[in-house]
Amino acid sequence: MADSAQAAVQFCDVSYNLAKGREILYRLNLAAFSGEILVLLGRSGSGKTTALKLVNRLREQSSGEVLVDGRSTRTWNLIQLRRHIGYAIQEVGLFPHFTIARNIGLVPELENWAKEKIAARVEELLKLVGLSSDISSRYPHQLSGGQRQRVGVARALAADPPILLMDEPFGALDPLTRSDLQREFLLLQQKLQKIIIFVTHDLHEALLLGSQIALLEDGKLVSCSTPEEFVRSQDPLVRKYVEAFAGTDVRKRGRA
Amino acid sequence: MNFWSFVSQNRLEIASLTAEHLWIVSIATLLAIVVGVPLGVLITRKPALRKPVIAIANIIQTIPSLALFGFLLPAPWIGERAGRLAILALMLYSLLPMIRNTYAGIAGVDRAIIEAARAMGLTDWQLLYKVELPLAASVILAGIRIAVVISIGLATIAAAIGAGGLGELIFRGLTMVNNAVILAGAIPAAIMALLADVLIGWLEERFAPPREA
Ligand SMILES: Nc1ncnc2c1ncn2[C@@H]1O[C@H](COP(=O)(O)OP(=O)(O)O)[C@@H](O)[C@H]1O
Ligand SMILES: [Mg+2]
Repeated sequence: MADSAQAAVQFCDVSYNLAKGREILYRLNLAAFSGEILVLLGRSGSGKTTALKLVNRLREQSSGEVLVDGRSTRTWNLIQLRRHIGYAIQEVGLFPHFTIARNIGLVPELENWAKEKIAARVEELLKLVGLSSDISSRYPHQLSGGQRQRVGVARALAADPPILLMDEPFGALDPLTRSDLQREFLLLQQKLQKIIIFVTHDLHEALLLGSQIALLEDGKLVSCSTPEEFVRSQDPLVRKYVEAFAGTDVRKRGRA
Repeated sequence: MNFWSFVSQNRLEIASLTAEHLWIVSIATLLAIVVGVPLGVLITRKPALRKPVIAIANIIQTIPSLALFGFLLPAPWIGERAGRLAILALMLYSLLPMIRNTYAGIAGVDRAIIEAARAMGLTDWQLLYKVELPLAASVILAGIRIAVVISIGLATIAAAIGAGGLGELIFRGLTMVNNAVILAGAIPAAIMALLADVLIGWLEERFAPPREA
């Protein structure tokens, strides 16, 4: 494993164009380090999901480099790169034909872990994300939305990857369940100290979770700052985003 | 001679023609699966091939069956035995539902599931056999069911070129102008088609993925 000074995800002048020439991301520079949560914030269509998918090479940038642990993603073996990175998305994407245990244990299974070790890991992860181990023999359609999201996070953590990419993972939940999961998620990160890149369009979520908030607009980075700096920023685009959420007190941060 | 007395006097022959019929259809179906499913998978991977492959399978299906048997007659090795020829022809007819349903089954798998699988570092091959094929299984089985039911009917015509099977009784009945003999071929073929439909339909349900809420 790379030494901790190197453990990072960096975007160096990254652009992404569609084949027809449309620019989706323009010269992005960003970095995320261990123990941090880098939030990509922006309205829908601003390019957050695309940026995230460049990290695990579900998409490939048109120019610039994405570095994972100091190495260009282009030089990584694709499978190794992806096994190094957990990925959780709003749609969850659980395999409907696998039990919860098999969903969570799939990457360890592909990595040829022993059966008992996988079972123990599944048990451990279910506990970690606040689920009872009785559900391990159920199928995804037998779970509530909140339970499925938790399973999605557990699955992303399965082989203990140092990097976690999360694309609006709590987006489809009711406000109460969402705020439970957000709080638990913060505690989890304090324990696990991963490199997390977290996509959301929700300012509250960004302020609650982010150690850095990167605001994207139209594929361009508007600003990247701590939540405290973010709410005080005079940048007109940041102001506009913050004011869109005004009326709800954005300064009240749920963070200890 | 009425139907029942014909059947009881010829039950051994009817049984052996039924077995022959089943054999021709089974082998043709197996071959169609072996050729059609990989082709269906291929066109999910190479979109440029999709139109030409489906078009060719489509054209084959529009050739009248007797004409297709005739076209294949001069083929080396195949043409030597009517049974082989019938199997090849039925296989060709079965390709379209096989290819089309394999393609549709895989294309119908939720994009989020595929992306999640890729992001987890599944290889192309693992993605195919652990995720796509199991989730497409019931749609592919529906294609097999359609192909089998069509083949059982078409196989009766193969008797015209001497391939055997239940069609033999139907053609004999036609020349004898004897409905009992025609029915002795037609009824077992109809029952076979019906049973195949029910049996494969049952498999389809068994393999349907648990529904996403
Ligand atoms: N494969 C694609 N084809 C066409 N447009 C795309 C594709 N991928 C992304 N886009 C466009 O790129 C922009 C950014 O999309 P996305 O990264 O999903 O934004 P976000 O996640 O911030 O909502 C959107 O305008 C979207 O329509
Ligand atoms: Mg998005």
